[in-house]
Amino acid sequence: MTEIAVLPATAHTPARRPPQRGYWRNVLKRFLRDRIGLVCLMVLLAIALAAIFAPLLAPADPYRTSMIRRLIAPGEKGYLLGTDELGRDMLSRLLYGGRVSLSMGIAPIVLSTMIGGGLGVIAGYFGRHINMMIMRVIDVFYAFPSVLLAVAMAGVLGSGILNSLISLTLVFIPPIARVAESVTTQVRNQDFVEAARATGAGSARIIIEHVLANVTGPILTYASSLVSVSIIISSGLSFLGLGASPPTADWGLMLNTLRQAVYVAPVNAVLPGVMIFLTSVSFNLVSDSLRTAMDVRA
Amino acid sequence: MNMVDARDRGGPRQPLLTVEGLRKYFPLRNALGTVSAHVQAVDDISFTVAKGETLGVVGESGCGKSTTARLLMHLIERDAGSLLLDGDPVGSGGVSVRDLRRQVQMVFQDSYASLNPRHTAVAEIAFGLRVIGHRRAEAEAQARQTLRLVGLDPDQFAGRYPHEMSGGQRQRVNIARGLALNPRLLILDEAVSALDKSVQAQVLNLIEELKQRLNLTYLFISHDLNVVHYVSDRVLVMYLGKIVEIGPVDEIWRNAAHPYTRALFSSRLSMNPADRVVAPPLTGDPPSPVNPPSGCRFRTRCALAEPICAAVEPSLLAAGADAAHAAACHAVQAGSGHSLAGGMTHAA
Amino acid sequence: MHLYILRRLLYTIPIIIGVSLVCFSFIHLAPGDPINSVLPEQASAEVVAQIKAAYGFDKPLPIQYLKWFSNVLSGDFGLSIMTRRPVLSEVGPAVAHTALLAVSATLLSFLLGTSLGLVAGMTTRRVTDRSVTAFSVVGISLPHYWLGMVMVVIFAVKMRMLPATGMGPAGADLTQFGIEDIKHLLLPAVTLAMIPTGIIARSVRATVAEVRRQDFVQTLKGKGLRRPRMFLHVIKNAAPPAIAIMGLQFAQLLGGSILVETVFSWPGTGFLLNAAISTRDLPLLQGTVIVLATFFVLTNVLVDIVQTLIDPRVRRA
Ligand SMILES: Nc1ncnc2c1ncn2[C@@H]1O[C@H](COP(=O)(O)OP(=O)(O)OP(=O)(O)O)[C@@H](O)[C@H]1O
Ligand SMILES: [Mg+2]
Repeated sequence: MTEIAVLPATAHTPARRPPQRGYWRNVLKRFLRDRIGLVCLMVLLAIALAAIFAPLLAPADPYRTSMIRRLIAPGEKGYLLGTDELGRDMLSRLLYGGRVSLSMGIAPIVLSTMIGGGLGVIAGYFGRHINMMIMRVIDVFYAFPSVLLAVAMAGVLGSGILNSLISLTLVFIPPIARVAESVTTQVRNQDFVEAARATGAGSARIIIEHVLANVTGPILTYASSLVSVSIIISSGLSFLGLGASPPTADWGLMLNTLRQAVYVAPVNAVLPGVMIFLTSVSFNLVSDSLRTAMDVRA
Repeated sequence: MNMVDARDRGGPRQPLLTVEGLRKYFPLRNALGTVSAHVQAVDDISFTVAKGETLGVVGESGCGKSTTARLLMHLIERDAGSLLLDGDPVGSGGVSVRDLRRQVQMVFQDSYASLNPRHTAVAEIAFGLRVIGHRRAEAEAQARQTLRLVGLDPDQFAGRYPHEMSGGQRQRVNIARGLALNPRLLILDEAVSALDKSVQAQVLNLIEELKQRLNLTYLFISHDLNVVHYVSDRVLVMYLGKIVEIGPVDEIWRNAAHPYTRALFSSRLSMNPADRVVAPPLTGDPPSPVNPPSGCRFRTRCALAEPICAAVEPSLLAAGADAAHAAACHAVQAGSGHSLAGGMTHAA
Repeated sequence: MHLYILRRLLYTIPIIIGVSLVCFSFIHLAPGDPINSVLPEQASAEVVAQIKAAYGFDKPLPIQYLKWFSNVLSGDFGLSIMTRRPVLSEVGPAVAHTALLAVSATLLSFLLGTSLGLVAGMTTRRVTDRSVTAFSVVGISLPHYWLGMVMVVIFAVKMRMLPATGMGPAGADLTQFGIEDIKHLLLPAVTLAMIPTGIIARSVRATVAEVRRQDFVQTLKGKGLRRPRMFLHVIKNAAPPAIAIMGLQFAQLLGGSILVETVFSWPGTGFLLNAAISTRDLPLLQGTVIVLATFFVLTNVLVDIVQTLIDPRVRRA
């Protein structure tokens, strides 16, 4: 039977495309075509850059108080955005505030993506008892409304940035772990994982080389959709006095201390919230565009 | 042409693979999460695969072909039974799972699902080589060689992702992945079933050629009888987790003993009228593997069924003139108590 | 199906036990000696001994937990440090106040969300559709405590139409509810309704658009539904997911109104929690959290079961 020569497969199906560029480059291309997402990304970049270069951009020292210049309305007496209840320059404080507020919104998501994502992938890949053990604990933490868990934990641990970070991370571990577990379970049951096992590869290697490549996309998109919530809740903790402590410049804390001034200088009092809102909306829309860009198979 | 394999231990007479009493029951869970029943996917099967042969495995969908393959690869734990690889037991004390997987490889049923959508062809093939200790560059160079071996130009295909290839090309990559580890036994699970007829012929030819070139042994699973006839030396027929008939391919094609095998043939469109065996075609679906019929599992669809078939499970005994031919049917086993069988208690 | 419901119900038991474990651990997570977190300041030696015995701090942790949990099961959450009254008698009215707020907000968001979603999904005008989509994104992204402040500025400070803070004279007693109570309820309820409105509008819009797409295909085949029939058809498809989301959002609001309650000084659980945190009243904190979390778990189960009954295809694990 060996007389039949092996035909090159190309003779039957000619090559359709030149060697491909990879999935992530396709995603990037699709993302760049989305105008709303792009604009929001610019906004976020601008806010982040403003926070990073706050010392260069701020017109005044964000911590210098002045009893005679309290609650000046925006635009008056050379204060572009007015002053706060202790006479500090609002614009400078908003610029500096982005440092704490942005990091406190993003850091918990980064941490919980690593922890929750890791736990979820392990639970999903190994299944059975390991899955049971991990996911039951996750379910318990999922049984708290997120704001309640964050406030209660921060309240118990005491105020401060670190405790607020711990509480928020704890809040976001369960939802991320659940998503990671479910996508990993799907991937894990696909034939290519079994094929990889058939080569004799160990679990760690299969997870790193075969599973992660297929689950990081969905996990990251999901996590990115949580950044907006994280910004809102973390600023909320500061707003309750559970996050950054005075006199730190932080949007949530500024909202808190300016609350009493709402009757006298409503515009000043409301300004930090505008920043929180702008950031959270932008994150939401960027994450939406990212999801759309990743949705269709490359 | 056959060179001597350095890994050969027992000589040409010793089967490459000996399977004894292999069994797999999948637990079924109810809504409360407790095990309420079992799918008897593979139930107490024994057979051997000789060195250098192609053993075809046929049977309806769901009869346990893929489960058998996965058991042989140790991808799922067997509930009972033993496996001997060239005389050595697989498992505790004998051949390790790792060694088993270097000597036995598998081409999976679904060519698309069994390739990682995020890996290029060369990365997919090189993966196994890296697992056994090759460096990346070395593994990729070897993977490109293997691509050439299966008839794909590495310059063109090495960087392709699964969705950038046709079904036939993907199946070639799958075969290349199996071959990269230089196995002795290659299990091909429906390797050509999903392909167009013309592509199917190409891949079949490739499979045939590789067998000669690489001194391989095949376990060839398919539900397409024509394909099995074309590639196999011997054929094993499965029904609901059991082996109902086994024997040399031409013997089975000419003198099928089991009513199920005959029914399979009659439902086939044969090119050659002389091939046709006269038997009632199969009707209806096979019974559930959760509650298989007592005695002979085929009796509910068998025209020859008698009370004995429900009472006693037939064992796989020699049938016909060829000693290598065996069937599990009371109707052909003398002394079984079936009205069509002879009354003698000693079989030929 | 009944088995599924039974299983779902049974599964709440370990969850609630887990929740109680987390709440129990609060005392030991708090900085400092656990005794201090349940003791009033300047307690006499007698009181210290009494509390030590009551909490069993000298016993090993599992025993402490069992003791505490069995007390909790019989309704004894201990005494509030702040008021020296049983925790349960503090939590009870607060839960009623929060529930009033959450129910109003949920109903509001359901009405608003479904109408917006229907309008967006049914319209052929891009502008309308876009505006509703934009509105729901804004709703989801708004820091609601800030929205509360803005509302106070607009309606209480500038327009002087509504009271800025507090609850009406009737409290949660609906039989006594008058215009003054509604005025007090309006701002916090609208504020709280913002997020769920956005979420519901989004989901309804998506369902309606999907149904219409199918209908469009049918029209092409020449057997399209008439407009009123189609509207019914749309409602039938959009209702189950909207109801499910409403239930889940209600559950979130029960525990998530803390920030809004603080803005409006609404005397609910959020207010209580805030007070408990600032006075380090851990028994009160524990009690409030465990009651809210239990409500949350039960509401979620209820939503799950109702959803399975409406649509057996949807089975969330
Ligand atoms: N992981 C599993 N859990 C439960 N049942 C299973 C599992 N895998 C297979 N089965 C069942 O075992 C039986 C045999 O399945 P198997 O995949 O081996 O059949 P097959 O002969 O390969 O069929 P096909 O020709 O369709 O590929 C089927 O009834 C199947 O439903
Ligand atoms: Mg199969």
